[in-house]
Amino acid sequence: MRVALFVTCLVDGLFPDVGKATVRLLERLGHEVVVPSAQTCCGQMHINTGYPGQALPVIRNHVEAFERADVIVAPSGSCAGSVRHQHADVARKHGDRKLAEAAESTAKRTYELSEFLVDVLQVTDVGAYFPHRVTYHPTCHSLRVLKVQDRPLKLLKAVEGIDLVELPSAETCCGFGGTFALKNSDTSTAMLGDKMSAVLSTKAGVLTAGDSSCLMHIGGGLSRLRSGVRPLHLAQILEHTR
Amino acid sequence: MSARDEVLARVRRAKGPRDPAPVPRDYRAAGTRGPGDLDLFAERLRDYRARVRVVPADQVAETIAAALRERGARRVVVAPGTPPEWTELSYPAGRIESRDPLGGDPREANTEVKAEAKAGANTEAKAEAGAGSEVARAPEGVDAVGLDTDGTVSVDRVGADTLDVAILERADAVVTACHVAVAETGTIVLDHDAADQGPRALTLVPDYHIVVVRADQVVAGVPDAVAALAGVRTQTWISGPSATSDIELERVEGVHGPRTLEVVIAR
Amino acid sequence: MTTFLGMPTGGGHLTGEPFPKAAKHALGNAQLRRNLAKATGTIRAKRANVVGELPDWAELRAAGAAIKDEVLANLDEYLVRFEEALTSRGTHVHWARDADEANRIITGLVKATGTREVIKVKSMATVEIGLNEALADVGVHAVETDLAELIVQLGNDKSSHILVPAIHRNRSEIREVFRREMPGVDPDLTDDPRALAEAARKHLRHKFMTVDVAISGANFGVAETGALVVVESEGNGRMCLTLPRTLISVVGIEKLVPSWRDLEVFLQLLPRSSTGERMNPYTSVWTGPTEGQTSHVVLVDNGRTATLADPDGRAALRCIRCSACLNSCPVYERTGGHAYGSTYPGPIGAVLSPQLTGVDKNPTLPFASSLCGVCYDVCPVAIDIPSMLVHLRERVTESKRATPESTAMRALAWAMSDARRWRRLIRLGKFGRVASRHVPLPGWSTARDLPQPPKETFRDWWESR
Repeated sequence: MRVALFVTCLVDGLFPDVGKATVRLLERLGHEVVVPSAQTCCGQMHINTGYPGQALPVIRNHVEAFERADVIVAPSGSCAGSVRHQHADVARKHGDRKLAEAAESTAKRTYELSEFLVDVLQVTDVGAYFPHRVTYHPTCHSLRVLKVQDRPLKLLKAVEGIDLVELPSAETCCGFGGTFALKNSDTSTAMLGDKMSAVLSTKAGVLTAGDSSCLMHIGGGLSRLRSGVRPLHLAQILEHTR
Repeated sequence: MSARDEVLARVRRAKGPRDPAPVPRDYRAAGTRGPGDLDLFAERLRDYRARVRVVPADQVAETIAAALRERGARRVVVAPGTPPEWTELSYPAGRIESRDPLGGDPREANTEVKAEAKAGANTEAKAEAGAGSEVARAPEGVDAVGLDTDGTVSVDRVGADTLDVAILERADAVVTACHVAVAETGTIVLDHDAADQGPRALTLVPDYHIVVVRADQVVAGVPDAVAALAGVRTQTWISGPSATSDIELERVEGVHGPRTLEVVIAR
Repeated sequence: MTTFLGMPTGGGHLTGEPFPKAAKHALGNAQLRRNLAKATGTIRAKRANVVGELPDWAELRAAGAAIKDEVLANLDEYLVRFEEALTSRGTHVHWARDADEANRIITGLVKATGTREVIKVKSMATVEIGLNEALADVGVHAVETDLAELIVQLGNDKSSHILVPAIHRNRSEIREVFRREMPGVDPDLTDDPRALAEAARKHLRHKFMTVDVAISGANFGVAETGALVVVESEGNGRMCLTLPRTLISVVGIEKLVPSWRDLEVFLQLLPRSSTGERMNPYTSVWTGPTEGQTSHVVLVDNGRTATLADPDGRAALRCIRCSACLNSCPVYERTGGHAYGSTYPGPIGAVLSPQLTGVDKNPTLPFASSLCGVCYDVCPVAIDIPSMLVHLRERVTESKRATPESTAMRALAWAMSDARRWRRLIRLGKFGRVASRHVPLPGWSTARDLPQPPKETFRDWWESR
């Protein structure tokens, strides 16, 4: 299958290893990966901060960049969620019906990584090997916007050598929320504190999730605590082999 | 412009042209689930810490008598339209009761209270001998039946607006029927216009409420009850004794309404 | 653009200090956070349990949302029908454009009875309009009879939750309030919730028996029949609705349902969502004055029509005040309700309050959420609170002139709408490697390290492969 990678702005600029891991994983599973060069960002930060009008050209750019892709995969529940649940609405609200229709078409072809692996490729054992104690944080947008349910856990459970431990209060938000972490930093920090306590209580050496943004947030806190817990994206664990 | 006209004008401007989608009613509707499961009903009531006695229909009277005896209730008020046989075993054979302490002209309330108090004292004396309870029938615009202090039957025609709360305050228990009950939620609904359920205060002020539920009154779910209550003007839905969760969201039974709910389910 | 169609907004207790500032204050109170975590944790588990019991919860939820939408789409007709039904059975109907007008009407009715004291059933609408203060101004004392409202009133405190206004207080704090403020209370009162409830029972019993005017809200009004519905637990509602000779019910205009049958949906959705019970102990339904009472209904707008005018915000009027969104919200759990500054706290408050007042008077509330979405999942009438928050954020940014934030966002959007511009920008990240170590990002850097920008971007790697 020819897979168009929607790498996301955050992975492109700050966490390229997540993008690389996604490419290697999909190629190892026998698929061709392309990276449409016109892509930038989904525009979610603008939409969610109250600037959907400014996001409009960003959305248009995204829709055009992936116009010809058969299937689009993003290593992010949040960005895939924005493409699937916000783009067409924003376009329609701004009176751009053509863009709304095109965005609906893009939305139908867009998958978050775990959805793509489990639903489209119908694989749960991707042949990974990762002999570490790992705990998984289900990010809010993959859980409640995309409803990926236990797909990431199915993939993790099939990893050879993994010691997967349950995260207490796993489904509680880590407090990132995009610009929420800046505008309401005290509340965000309080939420982060509880999430970190939960992570530390598992004694896991690795925290994983399907979104680099949340991992950046929790990981930033864990780093400040010098906790030694490594944040790794789901793709980075699945990519790992013997 | 009057406030009424202005608010309505605002609503008309604000709501905009819209065709609301039809309401999807794909939930379990009334009449689709058969009769209510009595075991489930009893279990749900016990969850609320209501007391439940499931008895054959012909044992309602002795069950009520036993419940009142256990409770030590001496002054009992009864919704006027309840079957007389429900409470006839609650008093020493041959004599029942004081007069009707709740009825009459409010201007005579004082004399009535005195009469009631006297009756109470009288019954106490008798109670030592025969362990009886004093039963008064509550008024509800229907014939209220009671016995007067000298043992003769008196029939008063009295309305709910003459109800005397002070007397209800002194009552140890109240006995009523109900209109419908819901198995799934352990709910009992009173129709306050029905003579066997009485006006609202009757089942509110006394601390102990015995309610008799006939098996055929128990429906499966809330929609069945709502259907059965169409057209009933004044209702109280009761699910267990009064309770509060206002302190640390921990449930505590027994606040302002009756602190004990006794449900007699007549099979 | 602060209101739609120039619709007048509401007043009363709907605004406070900016959320981030108020939240910071609350977050510093460790006792408060423990109380909230315990209480919301308890209720979340109970709710999940009883909601999970119903195989048709999703269908009930869809019906509840649709019924409320139907009401809103034809609200004028339902209001007229409701008024007719009430009037024909002898209830006096009054209309209030806003909080001040509602207070004038109610204080006038109370004064006309000659009473100096009224008993109150818990009512959000009366807290919203500031009725107790208005009554005090004319020399009438309002006695709150709901246990939590009583705790708040005796403690000279403010409500912090829709359902449990004293949720921020634990049992020993409540005992202290009672010992200090409740006349004649047993000085050896323990902090057992049963003992505290008993103390409240004794304290209020005499009031119920003697005060002759009651003020209630209503959970639902049935347009078809004029029936009013009050859903409660303690029996204080029944006492207030039954015993006084005059009953005044304050009802927001959005509280209607079209027909009696519709209650079959809401009497399933509300108790399970709110206290996590299969059914609340008492629900009172009355259709017209009962047992010789005089009955008044005051229909209140106070910004509801302004909310109705916004097609992307009006679904907030579906709210049945269950509090499930508060109990589930990770922000509410940590800040408590006072931080929201409004009678309506939590996620629903963050969308309802700014709409009732206009976003200019509540510009920080739409941002008081991480958009985690749990509020939408638990809402029994499917209010998409996250999307509505996002929409209101737009109304806030639109209501302001250019800010440093809007300028920065504009520049970023300009870069992001073209791949070449974007690549030039993110390559600067390499230079950011130095900056990130030395330049703190306000808010972020207090508790989190910034990621080290990589040596090469993903795209540079991809092209060099």
